Amino acid sequence: MIDFNFDSNRPIYIQLIEQLELQIISGKIPPGERLPSVRDFALQAKVNPNTMQRALAELEELKLVYTERTNGKFVTQDTELLNQYRTHFATIKIKKFLDEMSELGIESKTIVKLLKTKGGNQ
Amino acid sequence: MSKTQPSPLVVCRNLCKAYGTKTILQDINLEIPRGKIIGLLGRNGAGKSTLIKILNDLITPTNGEATIDGGPIGIHSKQIISYLPERTYLDKTMTVAQTIKYFYEFYDNFDPAKAKRLVHELNLDLNAKISKMSKGMQEKLQLILVMSRNAELYILDEPLGGIDPATRDYILDTILSNFNDNASILISTHLIADIERILDEVIFIDQGKIILIDNADNLRAKHHTSIDEVFRQTFKANVNR
Repeated sequence: MIDFNFDSNRPIYIQLIEQLELQIISGKIPPGERLPSVRDFALQAKVNPNTMQRALAELEELKLVYTERTNGKFVTQDTELLNQYRTHFATIKIKKFLDEMSELGIESKTIVKLLKTKGGNQ
Repeated sequence: MSKTQPSPLVVCRNLCKAYGTKTILQDINLEIPRGKIIGLLGRNGAGKSTLIKILNDLITPTNGEATIDGGPIGIHSKQIISYLPERTYLDKTMTVAQTIKYFYEFYDNFDPAKAKRLVHELNLDLNAKISKMSKGMQEKLQLILVMSRNAELYILDEPLGGIDPATRDYILDTILSNFNDNASILISTHLIADIERILDEVIFIDQGKIILIDNADNLRAKHHTSIDEVFRQTFKANVNR
């Protein structure tokens, strides 16, 4: 069961996409897994079925989800694609991290050192 | 959800209602499609209940027309609309079980098994007498009765008013899980923050006029804030004008 959380200041379908994307890319919803029906999924997330439909349609555009005509929707089995998405998201987060470090005035050499000692302990 | 698109459930064309010189509704134009949950949002006295009463054949418009399922308001529209009025109309001398039986005899499309299941889920007692139930419990029962009809349009006038915040989420889930793809729900409320997550579309009404109809998520995207906040800002601006 996925734990959905929404901020009412942002479109719900976008937050649904983000949260499902993360679940899929991280493998929490494994490749090839059959998704619940739109209706059941909407109830789980406590959102309107049309909103869930809209989010799933977008995930299908992103190729993270596909429809088998009579069977319902499934998570992609394309591990290559999942790796690409993972790398893409990791790059974004690392860039953000590096920007923050540079704001703190920390040099790359120090960052590497810190990562090896502090990061390695956790 | 994406079956063939039949005619809209409700169409209002230039709907007006006036009492003498006092205009309550002015040139209301709107369509309610199937398979949507729509919020009818406005301040007290904006005209929400008047519009709802017209759709339920309780009052007649002064001008313009409303059609339901392609036909005039009347016998057919009353069969396909399940209406939760603002005020309770239950017979207080009956028990919950008796009320369910009464509804079953009164409405062809009433599902008593569903009503009993919901009574159980919402922690009401089938043998309790309505006069002995709190206002909140009576409102729950009334919502159960309304949602237990296999209707095409559910019109809920302030369904959360007397219900404590802790139970509101449960009520919303009940609403969500009991509406089918072909039906629509029109909910009038001023408790926007509580209800906005389940809405497809919103209609803002003020001083008898429609001032906005939009998809809920589009509105959030456009204003970068919640429907509740958009509503507050819209009406703050209106007061200052």
